[in-house]
Amino acid sequence: MKEKLVLIGNGMAGMRAIEELLELDKDLYDITVFGAEPYGNYNRILLSPVLAGDKTIDEIMLNDEKWYEENSVELLKGKTIINIDRKQRKVIADDGTEKEYDRLLLATGSNPFIIPVPGSELPGVISFRDIHDVDLMLDASKKLKHAVVIGGGLLGLEAANGLMLQGMSVTVVHLGDVLMERQMDSIAGGMLKKSLEDRGLHFLMSTQTETIIGDEKVTGVRFKNGMEIAADLVVMAVGIRPNIELAKKVGLHCENGVVVNDTMQTYDPRIYSVGECVQHRGQAYGLVAPLFEQAKVAANHLAQMGIGRYEGSVTSTKLKVTGIDLFSAGDFIGDETTEEIVMQDVNRGVYKKVVVKGNKLIGAVMYGDTVDGAWYFQLLRDGTDISDIRDHIMYGQSHLGDSGHGGHNAAAAMSDDMEVCGCNGICKGDITKAITSKGLFTLEEVRSHTKASNSCGSCTGLVEQLLATTLGGDYSASEQVKPICKCTELSHDDVRDAFRKLHLTSALSGMEALNWRTSDGCHVCRPALNYYAISTWPAEAFDDPQSRFINERAHANIQKDGTYSVIPRMWGGVTNPSELRAIADIADKYKVPTVKVTGGQRIDLLGVEKENLPKMWKDLNDAGMVSGHAYGKSLRTVKTCVGKEWCRFGTQDSTAMGITLEQLTWGSWMPHKFKIAVSGCPRNCAEATIKDFGVVAVESGWELHVGGNGGIKVRATDLLCKVTTEEEVIEYCQAFIQLYREEAHYLDRTAPWIERVGLSFVKDKVVDDEKMRKELAARFIESQKYSQKDPWAERASGEVQKQEFIPLKKIG
Amino acid sequence: MANWVEVGTLEDIPKLGSRVVNGPDGDIAVFRNSKDEIFALRDSCPHKKGPLSQGIVHDRTVTCPLHNWKIELDTGNAKAPDEGCTGHYDCKMEDNTIYISI
Repeated sequence: MKEKLVLIGNGMAGMRAIEELLELDKDLYDITVFGAEPYGNYNRILLSPVLAGDKTIDEIMLNDEKWYEENSVELLKGKTIINIDRKQRKVIADDGTEKEYDRLLLATGSNPFIIPVPGSELPGVISFRDIHDVDLMLDASKKLKHAVVIGGGLLGLEAANGLMLQGMSVTVVHLGDVLMERQMDSIAGGMLKKSLEDRGLHFLMSTQTETIIGDEKVTGVRFKNGMEIAADLVVMAVGIRPNIELAKKVGLHCENGVVVNDTMQTYDPRIYSVGECVQHRGQAYGLVAPLFEQAKVAANHLAQMGIGRYEGSVTSTKLKVTGIDLFSAGDFIGDETTEEIVMQDVNRGVYKKVVVKGNKLIGAVMYGDTVDGAWYFQLLRDGTDISDIRDHIMYGQSHLGDSGHGGHNAAAAMSDDMEVCGCNGICKGDITKAITSKGLFTLEEVRSHTKASNSCGSCTGLVEQLLATTLGGDYSASEQVKPICKCTELSHDDVRDAFRKLHLTSALSGMEALNWRTSDGCHVCRPALNYYAISTWPAEAFDDPQSRFINERAHANIQKDGTYSVIPRMWGGVTNPSELRAIADIADKYKVPTVKVTGGQRIDLLGVEKENLPKMWKDLNDAGMVSGHAYGKSLRTVKTCVGKEWCRFGTQDSTAMGITLEQLTWGSWMPHKFKIAVSGCPRNCAEATIKDFGVVAVESGWELHVGGNGGIKVRATDLLCKVTTEEEVIEYCQAFIQLYREEAHYLDRTAPWIERVGLSFVKDKVVDDEKMRKELAARFIESQKYSQKDPWAERASGEVQKQEFIPLKKIG
Repeated sequence: MANWVEVGTLEDIPKLGSRVVNGPDGDIAVFRNSKDEIFALRDSCPHKKGPLSQGIVHDRTVTCPLHNWKIELDTGNAKAPDEGCTGHYDCKMEDNTIYISI
């Protein structure tokens, strides 16, 4: 017989836990859900848009009644649990309904705090918490004129804005002198106040409510300073309190909330708790992102997998008032041990401040231009050393030359029909509609439902902004340490460590040793595991062709019509008449429809049938050419200029240096593609400063540059160091590549990798520590012994992977 | 009437791999998963006609090599949230010989 799971509280946190549980194991429990409200589970954080008239109740349903039926979850709505018999293990509802449980999940949420002033019980005094409150407000706005909102925090301002849009005259009363003082500093709070005043809201700051006036219903509010104003409706939005009445009554240990450990278990081991009613490590949370993290951990333990831990959350905030962009995270006030970096442009209405402690970002507050909020939040949560980027951190992460989204970087200012994702043609309206109608909360969910930012990713920042502005402070940013994919809880770093420590030499043995959830992994994790195997154990790893993307399995680039492209290597971009003649003959022989010169100084033969690949490779081999690896996560090309041999400005022989580097590094498998260029003088005709490793010759030697990118995000290289001899160029190049191979996550280009770990990390190991540099270079040379075999020659001979290139059978 | 055509043996297809049969009405992708189950689909993704035979096979799914749509091997249906379907063929195995119903 199945065990019984009962959920008390049909809200977002509890139901998220149920959904996560069903995904892990849908047959483990008979599940019953008790909800006090007469609805399915709705998206509480979208109540403000409902009040503002942007959305209807139906549009914000997350789990409608059909969902409960389809998932065989029993929903008992409109029933409030009034007691739990922990000995008999059953819950009792106000109408007498009883239900037994083996495990109980308590998600009773929170209650709005009503200030106990005289008159607070009068009709016309309401809170802003559920659908019932919104209905009352909408109804009131049709008949009444003056609204007073007590509380100038996130919730109060959203309520005030909504009531104003419904036609009421609204005054916000705030005890402090800064609006949203938990999320804003005084400057940003002041800008926010001005902007809301321009829209028509009235404010009474530093004002304390004394009495709510009225006989049968509210007629006004009197303050401690003696002032009185008229009011037909009073909304109390001064905060929430964890709803722990039931938990206390049945003797569960509570402080401000129901106390739980890192597995979300209460002091009764059969009872778990998640959501706003919970107190974890002394902290209660009211935003959705942390609650969803809790739900995930609770689901994991309810599913008896027992590996997740909740370790608390850092949260960030956005306001859901259309057209107002503000963001804050962490400690944005600071103290005597911190420093501030500030940028303010009053005319543009832009204010940004980051708070730095040591070399780390600990807080940020922004008003007017929040495009980099997600980036600051990431730096903050990852604890990234920012000393290398401190001089330009205020200018944000946007790079020169970003393309694909029309130069827009402020999502709030875009109209619904403007294109956000240029790869997939997705407009702003498509994304915001999907977020609300499909109940999406994370970047990954938006990507899989709309495809926005799912291809090149350059619009990711915009999509994150849309998530944030649509869902307010409650959107769930990507997790701090991301699992590789849904097949595991482990991150790239965890897996790589395990491959080293456990001596794992293949993707399949890795999945077995690391308890993969799926039998064969997926298209995301298998290629990563295969890379970690072959890069960690080059001499003995099993390189599994079925764990390679098709391009690396077929050693050619698949094209949109299923044909392939063939690019032979041209060392340093140098060729000669006999090679060109051979390429021309081969193009004729196989009727190649398109011959194109690539950006990396090679010749591309496009439109080749897969069956013809080995034959073409044999012909190219016979003419002295080998695979150009234009298809691989590997060394692609070394681009060169003509250098001192011909150029009147050339200072060194850049072409010869390029050829040398290419001959040393070709064939090496890497986390992602890797491009090198060598320029013969600082005019830099080979464009070395947008390559992964760029060499620029000067009279006195060679400058070495790293981490450049000319694609999705244009990023100029960072100067690694300057060296004098050719031997040094080679050694530094090998050491840098090896460090990248050993440290970067699979599918990290060098640019984001360096931005994550910091240039100092690379310099410490490659420049300042000679012993480590030599060891890295030696490991690279060792691994090259096993990878510098021409894959084309192996396959042209028919000895390797023969079946890959011929049909199983031809019928008819 | 099922027209069973012999196309090869289990060993002809790598585990977690696929081979192509050039059929009378276009290519057919024949898959073998880690449990040695055999499936056959039209070698054309419902999204943009990508050759599914070139994708990565996992469990009862293949990921299309062009845009990473996931297609169920036993039905030809795209996995949610993507929507679409490609044709699938009945297969059977007798003494390691694979037959497809065409």
